[in-house]
Formats: sequence, structure tokens, C-alpha cells
Amino acid sequence: MDFPSETTPKGQVLAALATVLPAEALLTDPEDLRPYECDALVSHCALPLAVCLPGSEREVRDIMRVCHLLRVPVVTRGAGTGLSGGALPHAGGVVLSLTKMNKVLRVDPANRLAVVEAGASNLAVSRAAAPHGLYFAPDPSSQMICSVGGNVAENAGGVHCVKYGLTVHHVLRLKVVTSDGDLLDIGLEAPDAPGYDLLGLLNGSEGTLAVVTEVTVRLLPKPEAAQVALAAFASLEAAGEAVAAVFGAGIIPAGCELMDRATIAAVTRFVDVDYGRDAAAVLLCELDGTPEEVAEGIARVREVMLAAGALQVRVSQSEGEREELWKGRKAAFPAVSAIQPDYYCLDGSLPRRHLGEMLAAIRAMEAQFGLACINVFHAGDGNLHPLILFDRARPGDWEKAMAFGGEILKKTVALGGAITGEHGVGVEKLDYMAIQFSPAELDCLRRVRAAFDEAGLLNPGKAVPA
Amino acid sequence: MSQLALWAERIRHAAAEHTPLRIRGGGSKDWYGGLLAGEVLETGDYRGVIAYEPGELCLSARCGTPLAEIEAILAEQGQMLPFEPPHYGTASFGGMLAAGLAGPRRQQAGAVRDAILGVQLIDGRGELLRFGGQVVKNVAGYDVSRLMIGSLGTLGLLAEATVRLLPRPGCEATLVFESDAAAALLRCQQWGLRPWPVSATFWAEGRLYVRLSGAASAVQAAQRSFGGETLPDAEVLWRAVREQQHPVFAGHGPLWRLALPPATPPMKGELAWEWGGGQRWLRSDEAPESLRARAAAAGGHAVLFRAPESLRCAVGPFATWPPAMLCLQQRLKKVFDPKGILNPGRLAAEL
Repeated sequence: MDFPSETTPKGQVLAALATVLPAEALLTDPEDLRPYECDALVSHCALPLAVCLPGSEREVRDIMRVCHLLRVPVVTRGAGTGLSGGALPHAGGVVLSLTKMNKVLRVDPANRLAVVEAGASNLAVSRAAAPHGLYFAPDPSSQMICSVGGNVAENAGGVHCVKYGLTVHHVLRLKVVTSDGDLLDIGLEAPDAPGYDLLGLLNGSEGTLAVVTEVTVRLLPKPEAAQVALAAFASLEAAGEAVAAVFGAGIIPAGCELMDRATIAAVTRFVDVDYGRDAAAVLLCELDGTPEEVAEGIARVREVMLAAGALQVRVSQSEGEREELWKGRKAAFPAVSAIQPDYYCLDGSLPRRHLGEMLAAIRAMEAQFGLACINVFHAGDGNLHPLILFDRARPGDWEKAMAFGGEILKKTVALGGAITGEHGVGVEKLDYMAIQFSPAELDCLRRVRAAFDEAGLLNPGKAVPA
Repeated sequence: MSQLALWAERIRHAAAEHTPLRIRGGGSKDWYGGLLAGEVLETGDYRGVIAYEPGELCLSARCGTPLAEIEAILAEQGQMLPFEPPHYGTASFGGMLAAGLAGPRRQQAGAVRDAILGVQLIDGRGELLRFGGQVVKNVAGYDVSRLMIGSLGTLGLLAEATVRLLPRPGCEATLVFESDAAAALLRCQQWGLRPWPVSATFWAEGRLYVRLSGAASAVQAAQRSFGGETLPDAEVLWRAVREQQHPVFAGHGPLWRLALPPATPPMKGELAWEWGGGQRWLRSDEAPESLRARAAAAGGHAVLFRAPESLRCAVGPFATWPPAMLCLQQRLKKVFDPKGILNPGRLAAEL
């Protein structure tokens, strides 16, 4: 895309921003810009013209007005934990970082909601709600630091979304600043705001439709009890069938995670857990709710898994034991890093019944590309996170890893799935959008984007191919 | 030529001629929304379940499939649509999605839009478009499927769709309490702070009805803690609530549906409420502007639910927007239906 800013002198842009922001809220020194050069997709880096650190909605509006006037691209950034390069700076634009707008403004237990600034961390919301016995359900693995605004941008999920849904299911209302600096109030603290469902569009829009400044989220009562069943299987296919059997029995687990043999091997070298010698796959299935229903349900899960051919099933009998059983799953990524420092973490989703076929296809691709792939994933909602191992120092390895990833994504779409389940398109998957969407559909998405951001200033070059 | 190709052709032709079309499925909700205008495009004959995998908890069907048929198929497998939609006699799958109306279970299991996974639609330019799919987690592109829910056919003809399902609860029980509205609202708030298996609440005529759904042990534990009387034949009650056929809905004058933050104190003129106070019903001749202002002041909005078309056209079925929001709504309409031929006026006079 062509931006007049590429011809607008940098000095003019910085001078205009300096009129609306205090000096400490405008970073321009390359040294200061460096920490913003990428998000968690570290293979893609760029330095922006400047980083703006607004402290209020007023300042966000002023920044947007300046950028709109001078046609400067804006990349909104939360905590920078995104995995698809959604917060990668535009070399001719500014990064709008919301880290200073991180307050939990209000917790309303009677209406079970919380109002937070977009830069507030995911965990801060649950902490603020905890005295009332409530919490914010989306729990992406970065929840310690990731921002609620970022959760909205990516429609973040997490381990528990199989039962509780994605961020979109927990957002009631958004305050946003449009690309021309206008304010919009989207949604209500009441159900079914009149008109088209803009909340559905904003969630998962990757910063391309508007800048979210304030989020009202739904809170849920904290489950009083949770128990996990850990089952080992002699094959991945058997474990996959056990997942289907659990759902088929009318049970909706709060979390349902699968680890393959390679993950198990990596994990057992890293933490002290014993999954049994013949385990080719380990399934973790957690239920939560009242103590009565959890006890009743977990007994059924155990039966279903044994009937599905589990070699052994362990059910946690205490909180300590529950944490113990989860330890291996939680250590999976660090454990893999300990063996192989470089890995490419992919994200795709597909109908659960095709998991076995997908995993077999990945095994064949390992041979084809000469790279190993480790699978540890959210089996309950068919969301794969294959980790392709490579060596940055070996020429051609990264390219092979990317090509391997591309093949996996093509296969997920062929099996009725999506090229991204929860990490977003960003820059990473821009070229793969055409696998999932026809030219007419892509055109429709571009026009939806233009309906919000006519000038095309918000996160250009991301999410939807130009 | 396939049915979808025929429809696409008809819509392209209508767009070229600027002929308004009125998309109609089961015809059960002709009374809902704004003006009925345009040449009727019947979708009721495009029927059938396309795919149903109980283990995947999702179902795909053609838009004209009767809702009753879908629910019967699901019941055989011990599953259900999570949002307990009203039937109003002959509702179709597509009409249910376009209207986006949910029943009592919404308070526990979410709205229609929370359950949509994918759609195949024909937009106002006659383009056949597919968004979403069969998976819950899908963040590629904007969620156009969700945008279609509640759009009352003003953005496209929903030809086929996939929705998420839930297993039927193993156990249900309905409790009744004698209580005024204010005390009943407070009770609902208190229950809401703990993970009780409350799947529906309904207050009317000095009684609060609470439906518990879940594992038998959880339902029994809640029953012990809540007290109250157990209601026999509770299904009859919840069906009547779902269809607004409970005696409390009888009467003349416009029926209003107020959507409010649930803890809002009882509103003047309130007949009944559901969803822990989130959905309130009023039959009132109060000036629409005044009622809408009261709902807005409480943080919600008022829908003129059942009333003569003349009144619905005069005051609009739904609350209006500030100028910037109206402009955005119109720009989105234009993306999908640039000639404004699909159900014009049904959602709002400006759309």
C-alpha cells in the first residue's frame, strides 16, 4: 500500500505527535524503539518511526487524528505476546502501545462484569474479580502478561476455551477510537445491542478495524472444584478416539490436552513425571464445577478412557495431585526448548474426528522435510500447535520449517479446518489466507475493513491480504 | 441449475433492477422487526440436514429446514441447540439465525451468535460466500458468520449454516419461589456468584421460577441449598416462556422487550423477566421515546417486540444509534448489499 507518509518527512510526523503527547510518552531514539521491533514472532522485525505511549483515551484520539491527517500507519500493541506478527511495526508508521492504560476501572459483581483499560493484563482482571468469587475465563498461556486489548484483537482462547469459549464470548462492550480519531461505543452491558453485531467483528480483528481503549468483560463464578484424569495410550489414534468418546458421552471437559511421544520424551527429561513406558500419547482431561458434579463426571471420564483402550488412568485426588498431573503439559514448551532451541510454533484447527489423520500426515511430512515435529495441543477443540524443530544456524532450515508449516495448514483446510485457531493471521499467515478464502470472500473482508478504516491506516499489511 | 445458483441469479437480477426482495423462511416471524417490503423470496423449500456428527457437537443444515425437525434429530442423540430458540409455530433454521432470538437457556448456554460456527450466504450482489466452518476456534478473517446473526436478512440470504451443539443435561429440576421482583432479582444475583447449575430464570406474577440443569448430583445439591417448591411438568412452563405464551403475556397493547444489565432494579410497568433480569417484558402504552430513554438510562435498550406494523414503522422496532454508529452500520450494509435490496427497512429504516 502507498502511504503519503512515505513522502511526509519523518520530522513533520514527530513534530506533530510531540504537540499532542508529553515528551516521555513519545519514543523516537532507535535505542528506545528496539524493544518494539517485534512481538513473539521474532523472525519478523522492523523499527517504526516512533512509539507512542498514550495514558488516556484523549491521547489515543489525538494520536489518531495526527496520524490520519498525515496518513501515517498505526500499529496498536498490547503486551507484544502475539505469535503471528500482528504487532510487527510498520517501518513508515508509529506503534501505539497501550501499556500505560492498564487499570481495572470497575468490578460489578451484581452484574458480573468488569470494566478495564485495554492495556490491563488478563490475569489482573481475574485478580480484581477474585474477592467476589468471580474470574475472567479466557486463559491464553501468556495470561500473566498479555493484555485484554490483545485478547480482543486476537480473540484469544486458551486451555479452558473448550468449555468456556473464546474472548468474543466474554466481551460485552468496547470503547474504541476509529482511524480518524472518532469515538465509538460498541455493545452494551445488556444483551443484544441493536444493529449488526460489531463485537463479533472487533474480536479477532487484529488491530485492523479500530483501536480498543476500554473493554467490559463478563465474569464467571469460579468453579469450586476441578479434577483431572491423566490417561496414557499406546497410540495417538487411540488417544484421539478417546477424546471423541468423551464428547460422545455428553461430557464437556474444562480442558482436554494431548501430548505425543516426542513431547512425552522431552517432558520426562525435564520434569519428574512417569507416564509409563509404553505411552505413545498422554491425554489430560479436566472437569470443573461443583464438587458433586466433578466427582460424578470424572468417574465417567475414567470409564470412557478405559473403554477406549487407555493403558492406565490416574485421577487427581487433591489440588496438589492435580497440579502434579498438569506439570508435564505445562513444561512442554520449555522442555522442547531445552532439547532444541529453535522451534516454529504453528496453530491450526480442524474437526476433532480428523485429528488422527492429521497427525499421521504430519509424521509423513517429517520425513519429507527432514525436520522433526512435536505435537502437544488442545485436543478438545481440535486446535493443533505443532512445534517444528529446526536449527537457525543451519542454512535452509528456517525456510524448510516454514514450508513444512505451510503444508500442515493446507492439510487442515482440506480437512475442514482453519489456518489459525487462536494465534491470528498477522503477517505470518497472510499468504495462506487464499487457501481458506476465495477471491470474492477476500474481497468481502477487505471491504469490511474499509467500512471501518477507509484510509487503510490501521495495521496495514496484516490479517487480510491487500 | 442448483438452488443456490438460482437464488444468486435472482438476487443479481433484483440488484440490477433495484427490486427489493423480502427473504422468508418458515414465515413464523412476519410480525417481528420493521417494515415488510419487497418481492417475497421463499427459502422454506430448501431443506435438509447436511451434516451431523454428534461427536463433533455440530450440525450443518439448509436454511429452510424446520427448526422442529432439527430439534427432533438432535434429541435422538441426546443433544440440543444451546440457546433454546422460540419456534412460533413454523420457524426455519435460517429464520432462527437471521432473527437471532434466544430462549430461557441463554443465561447459561449463550446466545444464537455464540453458537454459530459457519455460514454460506449469498450477498446482495449475488456472490456466494462462505465464512467460518465446523470448528470452534477459527480466527482467520473477520467473523462474518456472527455478523449475520440478528441481521434480519439485510446483509445476505443465509443459505446454509453450521451451529455448535450441547449435550442435553443429565438432570433438570425447576423450583418455584413466592417473591416480589426486587427480592427475586437479588436472589438471582447471589446465585450468580457461585457455579450453581442455573439454566433459566423466569419471574412473573409474584413467582420466581428457577431451572437447574446438569449432573444429577449438582442439581440435587442446588435444590437442597436453594429450597423452594419443585414444579411438576416444568417443560410446559419453559416452552410457554420461550414462546411468550405464558398467561402473563396475554393482553393488548404493544409488547416491549427490554434488554438491561441484569441487576437493574424492577422497571415501572414490568410484567415479567428472564435471564436473571437481563430480559424484561412490558406491555405498555407509554410513549416509545420515554420508554426507550428509561431503558437507555439503565444501560440497556428497548425493542418494540409485538405491535402493529404502523407503530413499528413509526418508532422503529429497535433503538436508534448516534450518528457515527449509524454511519458505520450503513457502511457495513453497503459492503454486503450496495443496492439496498435485501429486506430493506426490516432492521431499521436506514438499513
